[in-house]
Amino acid sequence: MTYISFLSDNGDRFIDGTIVTALQFLCSLALATVLAHLFGLMLLSHTLVIKSVAVVYVEFFRGTSLLVQLFWLFYVLPLFGITMDPFFTGFLAVGLNLGAYGAQLVHGAIKSVPRGQWEASYALSMSPAKRMLRIIIPQAIVIMLPAWGNLIIELLKSTALVALIAVPDLMFEARQLNSSTYLSTWTFGTALIIYYVFARFLITPLMRSLELVMSRRMGRS
Amino acid sequence: MQWDWQFAAEILPRMLWATVNTLMAAGIGYAIAAVLGLVFAVAQRTRFPILTVSVREVVEFLRSTPLVLQIFFVYYVGPEYGVSLSPWVAGMIAIGLHYAAYLSEVYRGGIESVSRGQWEACTAINLTSIQTYRRIILPQALPPSVAGMGNYLISIFKDTPMLSVIGVAELMQTANAIGGQNYRYLEPYTIVGLVFLIISLFSAASIRGFEGWIRRKLGMY
Amino acid sequence: MQDLSSFPLELTGPNIPMVRFMNVRKAYNDFVVLDNLNLDIAPGEMVTVIGPSGSGKTTVLRMLMTLETINGGVIYVDGKPLTHMPKNGVLVPADAKYLRKARSSIGMCFQHFNLFPHMTALENCMEGPVQVLGLPRREARERAEELLSMVGMIEKKDQHPARLSGGQQQRVAIARALAMRPKVMLFDEVTSALDPEVIGEVTNVIKELVTKHNLTMLMVTHQMGFARDISDRICFFYGGKIEEQNTPDELFTNPQSKRTQQFLSAVKAAD
Repeated sequence: MTYISFLSDNGDRFIDGTIVTALQFLCSLALATVLAHLFGLMLLSHTLVIKSVAVVYVEFFRGTSLLVQLFWLFYVLPLFGITMDPFFTGFLAVGLNLGAYGAQLVHGAIKSVPRGQWEASYALSMSPAKRMLRIIIPQAIVIMLPAWGNLIIELLKSTALVALIAVPDLMFEARQLNSSTYLSTWTFGTALIIYYVFARFLITPLMRSLELVMSRRMGRS
Repeated sequence: MQWDWQFAAEILPRMLWATVNTLMAAGIGYAIAAVLGLVFAVAQRTRFPILTVSVREVVEFLRSTPLVLQIFFVYYVGPEYGVSLSPWVAGMIAIGLHYAAYLSEVYRGGIESVSRGQWEACTAINLTSIQTYRRIILPQALPPSVAGMGNYLISIFKDTPMLSVIGVAELMQTANAIGGQNYRYLEPYTIVGLVFLIISLFSAASIRGFEGWIRRKLGMY
Repeated sequence: MQDLSSFPLELTGPNIPMVRFMNVRKAYNDFVVLDNLNLDIAPGEMVTVIGPSGSGKTTVLRMLMTLETINGGVIYVDGKPLTHMPKNGVLVPADAKYLRKARSSIGMCFQHFNLFPHMTALENCMEGPVQVLGLPRREARERAEELLSMVGMIEKKDQHPARLSGGQQQRVAIARALAMRPKVMLFDEVTSALDPEVIGEVTNVIKELVTKHNLTMLMVTHQMGFARDISDRICFFYGGKIEEQNTPDELFTNPQSKRTQQFLSAVKAAD
């Protein structure tokens, strides 16, 4: 059997797995982005309660292992009566975990916006909401895009773990194929290549163009 | 489902033992990564395009693909070529390679932060390349790298549960085993989570202190 | 590949210069920085290079220190080629090994000092002798202390650069370069990054070097008064070429070229 015939025999399983991985990726990304901005902003709060909740969220999800969180959500929560399907549990865990890292990025980026920007908008009598939305956040986004690029690749890699709770993603399919064909180099190798292509030739260029677009809007390019 | 304190107390010793195992795995993996990462970093700075380009690609590949998949790859591919690796060894190799790629980026950043004038001063007093790196550049590249190196130490520790998928008896695997034997997952998984949390928080604080100590020791502020 | 057959493998004769730039050219892609430069520096001579920025003056020093490659011509130091090496009877571009050997007769001080921040002043001065010259530590320390005394920094020998002022750091940098016992010393705008009140510390040290030792020196500076004081010859560079060169008195009082005159009056106005 050659690699080509291997691919033509099993290609559709790889494709199925890749589609599930892509879905997991998109769902976790959406969740992580929302949580990152929510908690990132909360970290800026001067109200102790709000800030503490955010700190706890960030420290907890950053300080513990994603795999442990995943297993906890999948195996332990049902014991408390909360049962969720694997797909949902998967992107919930990944989203929560990476949202915590993202919150730090958002927080850091907002704090990096030069102080003069806050003062100028204050002097123009802008409301806090308007100031945040129209002045601070756009500048913060440009600052944090490069680091977000890295985080998004981390997110992609993290989705592979959901295979361990039986979500039929790319890694799951690779394992299955390995068990049935014992052609480890080809099964795992192909999976690795697909992840690599996804990360290096899809995500990275997309992020770069996004960075370029945002910089241009700031008149920097 | 109620928390069973007695059960928790019963399993604690076994879990603490497994924690030691985990710390050892993290430590050895990190040691490999620290050395290999330096090799990767310096290799990318040589004059030979073949070396710089190929090492760059290898580093990108390792950074962009999931660690858990790399672990499977190393463990299962070995036997295909007649090399049978124990789960421990396969795990260490995979973690070592993966984190070497991360650390090489940290080192590169540190090396690049050393001002150009330092390199020129080394040329002016005629130091060899090796002397330049060993005595002048790397010592200065160290303080800015410590924060990144520390973060990855914590990351390695949090990634050790992935070794459970190939049967390494670290903390997560032990928790699974205990849960499977006793049909109680709540206490084992929660203890695992807490152990990670405590060690991560403790390490994060230590690393900040360590960076300050290194700076003072080198006389650089 | 340029034809190097017309260049001698070695300079011979009674009065060979310590440094010779022979038809030297330096270009970045299409931008020519130095064009067909011919410059001799006699042993023990102190030459100062002045000129507007972009005239190529710093490049001259950097090429001599092999920090930049040259695109044409050959540089000779103490009679032997620096940038090229003899092979089968012709000159070919020097390999790394030959360069290291040839480079050992040149020392350089930089505008931003470039002291090693993780070493004390003493250790900075010992580093070259121990690592490169292979001196035993005791001997290297004696040499370093002697030089630090000479530049007036012996009391601060155990301080790290972060604790020293700019003038103090530059003096340590001079001691560090001298510790290698070079035949040629290069000074690249060594006072440009200093506060005015400490410039004197550094220029005094250099003045002493000139009067008490017979080192060959090449200096780039904006300090016209100082240059005039201590130089044997001043070269005015413009557009990558030597526009004019003469003794200090002649050049400053009687500049021949219009460009030289313009430059000198602009500098005087700024002083």
